[in-house]
Amino acid sequence: MKKYNKTICFYFEVHQPYRLSKCNVFEVGNKSDYFEGPPDYENKKIFEKVAKKCYLPTNALMLELLSKHPEFRVSYSLSGVFLEQCLEFGEIGKQVLDSFKAIFKTGQAEILSETYYHSLSWLFSKEEFAQQIRKHDELVCKLFRKKPTIFRNTELIYNNEIAEFIREMGFKGILAEGWDYYLDWRSPNFLYRPHPVDLHPEDRRIAKEYRVRRTLPKDFKLLLKNYKLSDDVAFRFSNRGWSEWPLTMDKYAAWLDSAGGNTINLFMDYETFGEHQWEDTGIFDFLRHLPEEVMKRNIGFKTPSETIKAYEPVGKVDIPHLMSWADMERDLSAWRSNELQESALQRVFDIEHKLKANADHVDDELMHNWRKLQTSDHFYYMCTKYWNDGDVHAYFSPFESPYDAFITYMNTLADFEQKVEELIARSLMDSTYGAIEQLRIRLKNVGYEANLILNS
Amino acid sequence: MKILMFGWEFPPINSGGLGVACHGIVEGLIGNGQHVFLVLPKVTPEMQMFDSGVFKLLDAHESGGSLKAVDVPSGLYSPYATMESYRQFLEKMEKEGAEHLYGGNLFDEVYRYAAQASAYAKQVPHDVIHTHDWLTAEAGIQAKRISDKPHVMHVHATEFDRSGEYPNQHVYDMERRGMEHADRVIAVSERTKQMLMKHYGVPEWKIDVVHNAVKPNSSTYHKAHHLNDSDKIVLFLGRMTMQKGPDYFLKMAKKVLEKRKRVKFVMAGDGDMMQQVVRMAVELGIERNVLFAGFLKGDEVARAYSAADLYVMPSVSEPFGIAPLEAIQNGVPVLISKQSGISEVIRNALRVDFWDIDEMANKVISVLDHPALHSTLKSKSAEEVERMSWKEQAKHIIGSYGKALTSE
Repeated sequence: MKKYNKTICFYFEVHQPYRLSKCNVFEVGNKSDYFEGPPDYENKKIFEKVAKKCYLPTNALMLELLSKHPEFRVSYSLSGVFLEQCLEFGEIGKQVLDSFKAIFKTGQAEILSETYYHSLSWLFSKEEFAQQIRKHDELVCKLFRKKPTIFRNTELIYNNEIAEFIREMGFKGILAEGWDYYLDWRSPNFLYRPHPVDLHPEDRRIAKEYRVRRTLPKDFKLLLKNYKLSDDVAFRFSNRGWSEWPLTMDKYAAWLDSAGGNTINLFMDYETFGEHQWEDTGIFDFLRHLPEEVMKRNIGFKTPSETIKAYEPVGKVDIPHLMSWADMERDLSAWRSNELQESALQRVFDIEHKLKANADHVDDELMHNWRKLQTSDHFYYMCTKYWNDGDVHAYFSPFESPYDAFITYMNTLADFEQKVEELIARSLMDSTYGAIEQLRIRLKNVGYEANLILNS
Repeated sequence: MKILMFGWEFPPINSGGLGVACHGIVEGLIGNGQHVFLVLPKVTPEMQMFDSGVFKLLDAHESGGSLKAVDVPSGLYSPYATMESYRQFLEKMEKEGAEHLYGGNLFDEVYRYAAQASAYAKQVPHDVIHTHDWLTAEAGIQAKRISDKPHVMHVHATEFDRSGEYPNQHVYDMERRGMEHADRVIAVSERTKQMLMKHYGVPEWKIDVVHNAVKPNSSTYHKAHHLNDSDKIVLFLGRMTMQKGPDYFLKMAKKVLEKRKRVKFVMAGDGDMMQQVVRMAVELGIERNVLFAGFLKGDEVARAYSAADLYVMPSVSEPFGIAPLEAIQNGVPVLISKQSGISEVIRNALRVDFWDIDEMANKVISVLDHPALHSTLKSKSAEEVERMSWKEQAKHIIGSYGKALTSE
């Protein structure tokens, strides 16, 4: 096998939320179709659009590249709600899913673990977080016969504590943003170890309970995104105002060549290909030539698992505060920077206890709907940070404004809460009647003809 | 630059937004080092307080200009009446004949003003003539004949905004004549610009969109005296005319009250739809929850805002709509119709189609139910309005003057 100077680690996020149908206060109490999506942004329509522009052509190209270059490697995270949409949306969904299956079948692609619902559950409930990871890994196993060993949290939300929890769950590594603020002079192009922290005993118990394997791997490593080289492709590729435009493969390969370190971690949204950067920008041609151009310069490819096997960590990175890969701030402000988001998040996670305390009566669908309401995108649409400038949050939102997003969300949640209350009340009633009926039978058995009247 | 401006109303005497806007524009222009001569139909002593070295208020009647005979128009028309009252008026005219109303005729006033005011073009040094709406456009046309300086016509509202589908032909003709004669036309919103192109055939290159701003708030009222502490207050403040959609406000109130009982709907303002609106409240059976506050002046306006939890402007057609900005300045979140120019300017507002009663009620209830929504709207919109200023907007007006001067 050829010896490379360094390797590229590609990771693509693949996700589609279940956008909420419009819901006004008059529908609360009899809303049934929460997740069709608002008018003109029906989830099915968006899925089809993105499938045609991105998933299908990019997957076809990936398959071509993987078979042409046996040394080419990629990795993906496919959110549970994305996979469900594949299963739900007919022929085109099946095509998308099949093309991903084909990619993983090559053995040159790795699938990563995440929370099934692309949620912010870590911030509110460790148990919920662990349950969603388990649920996600089960679906991945069912669909792809793979067992993920590397974890990436929603939008790369990360801190020391998350790393420790994930390590305790039995994963071998985790992905995070390579943000200068924490790295300082250090390069993201090496492996690191997370700064060790003590988990709350209760949190550690939960992590152990939901372990993905019996024995813990002896090492746990951190892969950091090279955000400059990643964003050159993901955000700047077609920006004519950028001094480096147009980005030719040759130029980009030269940049990769001149970057120091072992591994260049290029993490990006999969929709970079064909959706954020349209086909006419030349993004597909760029990708098509990438493997050979890069390998010409003696740069290879590795999946995250291969990367952590191949290299040793060069040090520890201490990230005490929550960090993500979103926006300029790289913090949680995309989802948690105003009162709308805060009150919506509080309210949805407040339901957890009620649902789980009545687990016997709560059906799967109710639980599933509650979790779909946790998807981070709902809160992203409520962000007012750049609203005045009409920035990316507005671009990616199916709602007219953050206020419309909030109103629809809260009305839907109100309807959901009502359904939970009704269900619990009904099952309480059922079990009470059941108990009385049993009593009547037992009395009859011992010779009493009981005429029990229930006074409510 | 010296500007000869023809205005129709000015604080403290004003019946609508035109006077307020005119005042802001004048201040903005002066703030940018311009000299303004404003000619008004009548200058009262209270207005004189604004008079300064760079700003002169001139009374049309004192121009010394002779009254030229102009054709006697055939209808009386209040600029802000509804089509209903206009039709009633026409019927009355047919019965009684036009002579009875001679003298009370708005068109007469407009022509008399034009003849007298334009005489200032001879006496006052100026570089540009600035007129507001059809009321003073004629004065601009005549002034330009005298001084041959470029004429910039500022359109705050069109006949289509005021009367819906039945525009008064005479008003329309005067508007159109003004726009055709003007060297540049300033529209108060993109929405108005589209109307000018569609209904008046004004070429796009001739129009500049300059949004209105709002003067810094001087009110010291804070939310204090609720009618009842637990009752929420939803406010309508504007003329009771078809254009402002008070009937849609009531329909929304009815819908809200089906879901939330402890809400009071305050309707402040007067107008020819007043009777109809009161009757409608009774017919809808919500009169207990609807309070009519009448026409509010000065401090009363600030007090009304300070008591409100939400301001609603359900306008059917609103070229701009400055009231929501005042509401925001007074710490009230706003819900505005998409059929308003203001919705081009304020992003941190709730927006609905004026006819979409369910959605309007939905949004009203949401604000009343969720303190987070109320406070976010309130603080974010206040930040937005703070950044607006007449001084900034006046720069765009001066830009328009520049274009008028170079196209000469």
